[in-house]
Amino acid sequence: MSREATSRAGGTSRGTGGVQPPLLAVRGLRVSYGAAEVVRGVDLTVAPGETVALVGESGSGKSTTAHAVVGLLPRGGRRTAGEVVLAGEDLAAGGERALRARRGSDIGLIPQDPYLALNPVQRVGRQVAESLLIHGLADRAGARERAVELLAQVGFDQPETRARQYPHELSGGMRQRVLIATALAAGPRLLIADEPTSALDVTVQRQVLDHLERLTRDRGTALLLITHDLGVAADRAQRTVVMSRGEVVEAGPTNEVLGGPRHPYTRRLLAAVPSLAGPRLAAPRAARTPDGGPLVVADRLVKDFPLPRSAGGRRLRAVDGVSLTVARGETFALVGESGSGKSTTARIVMRLTAPSSGTVTFDGLDATALTGEPLRRLRRRMQIVYQSPYASLDPRFTVAESIGEPLRAFRVAGRRERARRAAELLERVALPASALRRRPAELSGGQRQRVAIARALALEPDLVVCDEPVSALDVSVQAQILDLLAELQRELGLSYLFISHDLAVVRQIAHRVGVMRDGRLVETGTTERIFDEPHHAYTEELLAAIPGRRTAGQPR
Amino acid sequence: MNGVNGVTRVAGTAPHQAPSPPAVTPEAGRLAARLGYWLRRPGLVLSVLVVGAVLTAAILPELFTSRDPLTGVPAEKLRGPSAEHPFGTDQLGRDLFARTVHGAALSLRATSLAVAVGLVAGSAMGLLAGALGGRVDDVLMRCADVLLAIPALLLSLAIVTALGFGTTRVAIAVGVTSVAGFARVMRAEVLRVRGTVYVEAAHAAGARRHSVLLRHVLPNAAGPVLVFAAVEFGAVVLAVSALSFLGYGAEPPTPEWGSLVSEGRDYLAGAWWLTTFPGLTIAATVLAANRIARAWEGEER
Amino acid sequence: MARFLARRIVQSVLVLWASFTLAFVVLYLLPSDPVAIMAAGGGEASAVTDEQVAELRETYGLDQPAWRQYLERLADAAHGDFGQSVANGEPVGRVIAESLPATLQLAGCALLVAALGGGGLALAATWVRRGWLRQALLSLPALGVSAPTFWVGLLLVQLVSFRWGLLPAFGNEGWDAIVLPAITLALPVGSVLAQVFAKSLRTALAEPYAETAWAKGASPARVHLGHAVRNAALPPLTVLGLLLGNLLAGSVVVESVFSRTGLGRTTATAVNSQDIPMVLGIVSFGALVFVLANLLVDLLGPLLDPRLAAERAERAVPA
Repeated sequence: MSREATSRAGGTSRGTGGVQPPLLAVRGLRVSYGAAEVVRGVDLTVAPGETVALVGESGSGKSTTAHAVVGLLPRGGRRTAGEVVLAGEDLAAGGERALRARRGSDIGLIPQDPYLALNPVQRVGRQVAESLLIHGLADRAGARERAVELLAQVGFDQPETRARQYPHELSGGMRQRVLIATALAAGPRLLIADEPTSALDVTVQRQVLDHLERLTRDRGTALLLITHDLGVAADRAQRTVVMSRGEVVEAGPTNEVLGGPRHPYTRRLLAAVPSLAGPRLAAPRAARTPDGGPLVVADRLVKDFPLPRSAGGRRLRAVDGVSLTVARGETFALVGESGSGKSTTARIVMRLTAPSSGTVTFDGLDATALTGEPLRRLRRRMQIVYQSPYASLDPRFTVAESIGEPLRAFRVAGRRERARRAAELLERVALPASALRRRPAELSGGQRQRVAIARALALEPDLVVCDEPVSALDVSVQAQILDLLAELQRELGLSYLFISHDLAVVRQIAHRVGVMRDGRLVETGTTERIFDEPHHAYTEELLAAIPGRRTAGQPR
Repeated sequence: MNGVNGVTRVAGTAPHQAPSPPAVTPEAGRLAARLGYWLRRPGLVLSVLVVGAVLTAAILPELFTSRDPLTGVPAEKLRGPSAEHPFGTDQLGRDLFARTVHGAALSLRATSLAVAVGLVAGSAMGLLAGALGGRVDDVLMRCADVLLAIPALLLSLAIVTALGFGTTRVAIAVGVTSVAGFARVMRAEVLRVRGTVYVEAAHAAGARRHSVLLRHVLPNAAGPVLVFAAVEFGAVVLAVSALSFLGYGAEPPTPEWGSLVSEGRDYLAGAWWLTTFPGLTIAATVLAANRIARAWEGEER
Repeated sequence: MARFLARRIVQSVLVLWASFTLAFVVLYLLPSDPVAIMAAGGGEASAVTDEQVAELRETYGLDQPAWRQYLERLADAAHGDFGQSVANGEPVGRVIAESLPATLQLAGCALLVAALGGGGLALAATWVRRGWLRQALLSLPALGVSAPTFWVGLLLVQLVSFRWGLLPAFGNEGWDAIVLPAITLALPVGSVLAQVFAKSLRTALAEPYAETAWAKGASPARVHLGHAVRNAALPPLTVLGLLLGNLLAGSVVVESVFSRTGLGRTTATAVNSQDIPMVLGIVSFGALVFVLANLLVDLLGPLLDPRLAAERAERAVPA
């Protein structure tokens, strides 16, 4: 599989008008970890003031490329070839000390995870101003003042107060804004942002990216934006570079790359992205079974969690009066951001958590008060698939044991029969029978999720609760799993209660959608209605925040 | 960089396949990987050899020496190390190497007994606390706190005071001091595993409580607890030999590692080998045991 | 904070009470007969007549039921009265107070050596870039925790005192006599500190916030001392709190090796003569040291990490 990229990758773009020399030029960059080469001859340019998106799936080498530019490879990583030129100067020429002088002052880095990237024992203001002190651009008092100004610029209301707080007192979105202020402090000409918003909710993501866009535009700072999200690239970048397996497979103006991809990889990547416009997977609703009646009815569910006093109240109402129904053979999706109560609702329906009040009726049977053996028997009819396929399988169990566990629990089959059924189920989820004897560590993320689905199907349940089943997976794998779920529904007449934060995924798979916010179900309706004519303001806001809805690649 | 408005063209494109399941690692590959693991860790290999030798000496001392550890040749007293007496001889002309080799049996028996006491009592305590929770958990863990509050050596000294001297009593005294550690590790592991998604998934799949406990929780919690036993092994060798050095272990002339060092004290100025070699044996054993425990710990993660 | 402190003090008192109870159970209620042990005075249980035993029972209140003895001893202990030594009839409290200063001096020096040596070694090991040197530095603590204290002490005496004649081998006289014992006592504690600190430093340096600092152009000194050390300090501090009691207990061995007088020596003598009231007093004192050390560590924690302070403010609320 040789994919030698005959790169005549564009130096400049229409956005910056032609003849300027690039601010950053990466040529023939190669990076290895031990014997494994993860970046294999990457060429890349960023013009002054330009925003370039570097996109790819996990393991494509995009993040390693970004770190190699600033000379901050993790231990074990080695740059084996290539040069990195910033404004005509080779960054590696002067050695570590010279490179250190450029970090922070000429190149700013915005790290991936705002929850971990701030020093937890230092006040925020001090961290924002640190690069000014390092590069001798201000004295202590001056740096403190500058920090407050910078915090105001990234949109904090009370910058003086914020500067005196510790990171744990701020939300994720606030922390990412602090990190933007930090990276901008010494006025670098180039910012490198490594998946700056992938740990954040979609509405917060939009806010943070808006701030980033405004600040880089106002200051004429160039931005190299590393992202797995093609929508973000489409919205924010003038040029897009696509990486796969350590190589650049395609580069050019964003609207050309994403509008008319030439490389098959880019095409497949784009096709896999669940979009708000493309075809849908949800099967036409199965013909109503004669005995009618919905499978699940949840009525006015409430769930309170006790709270520590410092957090303000006596209790947190995680779920607040949620009523919903799931019909037979239907996918009902609950969408919402983190903390909206969607997962708690699903856990109540599954009877993994008891509601504070309200009732759950399963196929006409009141399941709310069931405990012990009757509850266990009910579990035969409803199963769950979790978000993380890494965590939901016992690392010591073989695939056959994991899939066979529900059969064993209900003594449906003897040992030999169980093995046969496990092989059948594996085939059903498109895994080879040779996987039966493997343990989870030997499988990829997508394969594990298939195993988890096979386990959920073992007892031929009526309802499968899917709790963010694809959000831990790369887009191309995501698409395969969604296909599988839709196919299984068509064949087996399953009902899904599908939990997701990703509206595009929900649009593909769901028949009906409920939008949750702060524990309340703000709006319910058919998928078409919710997406085409949302009634509630929050639904509109959510839809507007989805990246990829601006015209791709247009200069802002 | 040249190229204007260029979209990179890619030559020789092959369509990506959907990721295929990894091929089963051939047995030969596994063997090579395992061999490579040991070759890259010469210190670990040496440690395994040392511990193996010490264990063998404890069970079959005759393999290492044919000399009697208890009777000496007065004419050969206080001889330095030589080919005939690799560790030299003591004030009664007894061969120190034979005494050290035979001492392994008693010292290791005490160590094993102490670790067993800690492992069995501590794990049971931790398992009960972690599995039952609530009031039981509170009471058991407060007991563990108290066991930890008295410095280990002082607690074993108190037990020795009450029970009297001797190798077995010393072993029990040292074992009691390690109960709390085992209890904490076991409880923490049980709680950790009980909190994992795969345990919830097992419940959701309809598995019964006791079945989840036996099939998921215990096997996954046992690994770290056994690693802790390996880590404790070295510390227990040291604690047992310290009590033996202080004179609370076996009655002389029975050889025991700690008491051998103690016996050599009186000849410190003249016969350096009397303290050096038995002490070196203890240090080497503990070092090797700790190295193995650390490697195991790394594997377990 | 005041609420947290009050709760911790109550907890400490409870732990002390429980430790005393445990020691009492071990020493007085284990199958062996304390009077026989005491009368025998460590071994030869021969020439003691029945009258003498009865007399002893009365003297030490052992003719009374166990719970009664326990309550009386507990009430006395609460006032600092641990009874009289069986060996020489002196009050236990006074014997401990008299032998304590020498041991405190020794343990204090050892603590200093352990903290500076262990901390310095850990910092050096994470600082150096050369792989083999780092490995060498990191393997030193493993040697330190593996060597028996008594053996290290004897080796030092052999080399430093006998062969090179640099420092005195035995006794309490003068400051030069404390050097070898302090090093010996510090070795295991310092090695554990070095291991824990090196590990937490490595963890801190691998955290994304360290990368944020590097990305600002910070020098190694700034990243290590300005960011990593404070984040990495809590685990070694906690371990130090747990090990302080071990310094006290370790003096039993070290004072025996170097023929020093002090609490450790007193302890060994008490165990040898199976002086039960004395042992009970010393064990309770050991628990007191442990409890105080941990209280101190708990109070220092929030100064290092603001998140701890926030957590405590939450937990202090009565449930």
